[in-house]
Amino acid sequence: MPTKIEKDAVTGQETTGHEWDGVKELNNPLPKWWLWTFYATIVFGVAWMVIYPSLPGWKGSSGWVAREAVVADVAAAQAANAPMMARLREATPAQIAADPELRAFALAGGRVAFANNCAACHGAGGQGAVGGFPALVDDDWLWGGSLDAIEATIRHGIRTAEDADARNSAMPRFGLDGMLTNNQIGDVAEFVLWMTGRATHAAETERGRVIYAEQCAACHGATGEGNRELGVPRLSDQVWLYGSTKQDVMAMVRNPRMGVMPAWQGRLDPAVINMLTVYVHALGGGE
Amino acid sequence: MTPVEAPQRAKADRPAVTSAASPLYASRQKVYPKRVFGRVRSVKWAVLIACLALYYIVPWLRWDRGPGMPDQAVLVDIGNARLFFFWIELWPQEIYFLAGALILGAFALFAVSALFGRLWCGFACPQTVWTDLFMWVERWIQGDRNARMKLDQGPRNANYWARKSLTHAAWLVIAAATGGAWIMYFVDAPTVTAEILTGRASLEVYFFFALFAGFTYLLAGWAREQVCTYMCPWPRFQAAMLDENSLVVTYRDWRGEPRGKAKDAHAGDCVDCYACVHVCPTGIDIRDGQQLECIGCGLCVDACDSVMGKLHRPKGLIAFETLKNLSASAAATAGMAPGEVRFAMGMAARQVPRFVRARTLMYAGALSAVALVMLGAFLLRSTLDVTVLRDRAPLYVRLSDGSIRNGYTVKIVNKRHDDAPLALTFQAPEGSRVTVQDVGHDDQGRPLLARRADGIAQYRVFLTAPSGMRLPESTPVTFRLMDASGRVAVSQSTAFLGPRP
Repeated sequence: MPTKIEKDAVTGQETTGHEWDGVKELNNPLPKWWLWTFYATIVFGVAWMVIYPSLPGWKGSSGWVAREAVVADVAAAQAANAPMMARLREATPAQIAADPELRAFALAGGRVAFANNCAACHGAGGQGAVGGFPALVDDDWLWGGSLDAIEATIRHGIRTAEDADARNSAMPRFGLDGMLTNNQIGDVAEFVLWMTGRATHAAETERGRVIYAEQCAACHGATGEGNRELGVPRLSDQVWLYGSTKQDVMAMVRNPRMGVMPAWQGRLDPAVINMLTVYVHALGGGE
Repeated sequence: MTPVEAPQRAKADRPAVTSAASPLYASRQKVYPKRVFGRVRSVKWAVLIACLALYYIVPWLRWDRGPGMPDQAVLVDIGNARLFFFWIELWPQEIYFLAGALILGAFALFAVSALFGRLWCGFACPQTVWTDLFMWVERWIQGDRNARMKLDQGPRNANYWARKSLTHAAWLVIAAATGGAWIMYFVDAPTVTAEILTGRASLEVYFFFALFAGFTYLLAGWAREQVCTYMCPWPRFQAAMLDENSLVVTYRDWRGEPRGKAKDAHAGDCVDCYACVHVCPTGIDIRDGQQLECIGCGLCVDACDSVMGKLHRPKGLIAFETLKNLSASAAATAGMAPGEVRFAMGMAARQVPRFVRARTLMYAGALSAVALVMLGAFLLRSTLDVTVLRDRAPLYVRLSDGSIRNGYTVKIVNKRHDDAPLALTFQAPEGSRVTVQDVGHDDQGRPLLARRADGIAQYRVFLTAPSGMRLPESTPVTFRLMDASGRVAVSQSTAFLGPRP
């Protein structure tokens, strides 16, 4: 309480006795209920701290845990999605794609599942990544771009040791295993460039053509058309998984790199695999 | 323009209870407003009835919007994200119309305050209207000022408890109706009324129902004038809108002073009867001059006029008057003795209030500018929009034949209720092709994009430029949606990206 009661000359109002550089504060009494409201907020605050986990080590009298609330929310969302997921589990990707309602759900769910499971290698938009992670948005498929082919790839993976049904193929190490000399590899690479109109040495191309017919055509095809049954890449197109320069092609002939994709069967709900199948198919390259 | 000081009279002059050191916290002095009759009171009743009728009736107005649409004239449909106002249907992205309406309301409030003082506070503010209604109920059950004071000071007998509980019960019923009516602006009125009454409404409905009912009861029954004095920010800054030309409720002290008995020939017109104080809903004495607590309701004008009428003195000792006129009258009558001459001199010094002045012109200008902009925006409001979002990951795709493809997400925002499909055409480099997932084509081979009635339809559109086409890194393209008559309904420009040439 102020020690000195002073009245303001203009208003006749008492001052609180506080003064800051000549500025005095008038005592306009605050209503009592305001004070009680203030006390009520303190009581509320204390009660809140008692009921909820407010301090390190204090779990709160109610036992409420944020994590459990999230778990409950997730469970509620899953329960709400359950009938839809059951239908997605039963249907084939083709059936899902044909049903507008299922398809819309699969595309929305597939987008999330793709971001969670696939985007690390294939890119957020399915654009692939340098170094052997195939783009899924283009129209070039190693193992086929139909719904069934995509589903099989997701389900069993590529060159996955643990899955007997995994797609498997291998290209011989022509350089490392001494099947071709360095010069021969250069010649055959020149011929491969020729297929897409980029050859610069006619003599090398002609020598390469002979080697290609002997060593490569069995798998890659006489005109470099590839073979999806065996996951053999097409060499006559503009999409190059491991690079399109002559050095890149020579490196692949010398010591081929063969990418591995995990099998998702058993890791993902069959409904999620179906959603991913439909989603990837709709990215732009589906056949 | 010379600043005019409001008549200042120290509050300490009041016959109030003052102790040596006033406490830092003050208990509320309960106000017992007395019943009053007169012109201002009649206007206040009319405004009260109009406001309450508007509030309670509007949710029940119906407006046919066709099958599957709500038929409530005014409805804020939160669940479906639509705002219905008779023939107008607003989407969430058009909420600026609501902001515009609020800006209009604010400028109208500024203009009214500058011209006529606290008309809003004294007549139309919900706090004033509901408090008035609650006071009417209170007076009806407990009697007028003296009876109520006696009841509060008297014994806590059966009569006391009966009247008090009846009053609070009536207040709670009104509060419940208020809270119920508020809910009706957000959900279908007949449905929610039935649901509330049968206990089948959602928890949210009951929560907001209780929230608004509870606060109506608390604010109009208990808090009353304290809301205006302590809680409301508007009285604090509306002084910035008022000036010496604004009409405010004032006591003509040049005429009333010195106060004295009616028979005293040397006294002014004020007989110190306290009629003005007794009717005041905020419990102040208007004769102390302009005060923050005064809501400008003018009931003291009615009270004083009726006393002056009985004394056969001219009315208007307390009146809606400008501070400029007040000081002009005071200057003209300075030093004069009370009497008819002083009254005549004082009244003659008054001028017609200047309603046209820089401040009001600026408010009127702002008001009409905002109104014009809003009207223009409303008339030019599009009911069909298209947005084209170009894919960013990846920016472009090289296909196996070397052609370059861009992906776009096209959203057709259709605020109309028809779903006739639109044909997609595009302006892009010669030779490019467009494909759209999941759509049919018209007889010219153009993709037909169905729109959703009153909704957003979304499509994946691919634009492919053939191999060998020498395009810059970015090429402008335009998508156009044609209606059945071949007109461009809506179009959107975007870019086609490719590798750096």
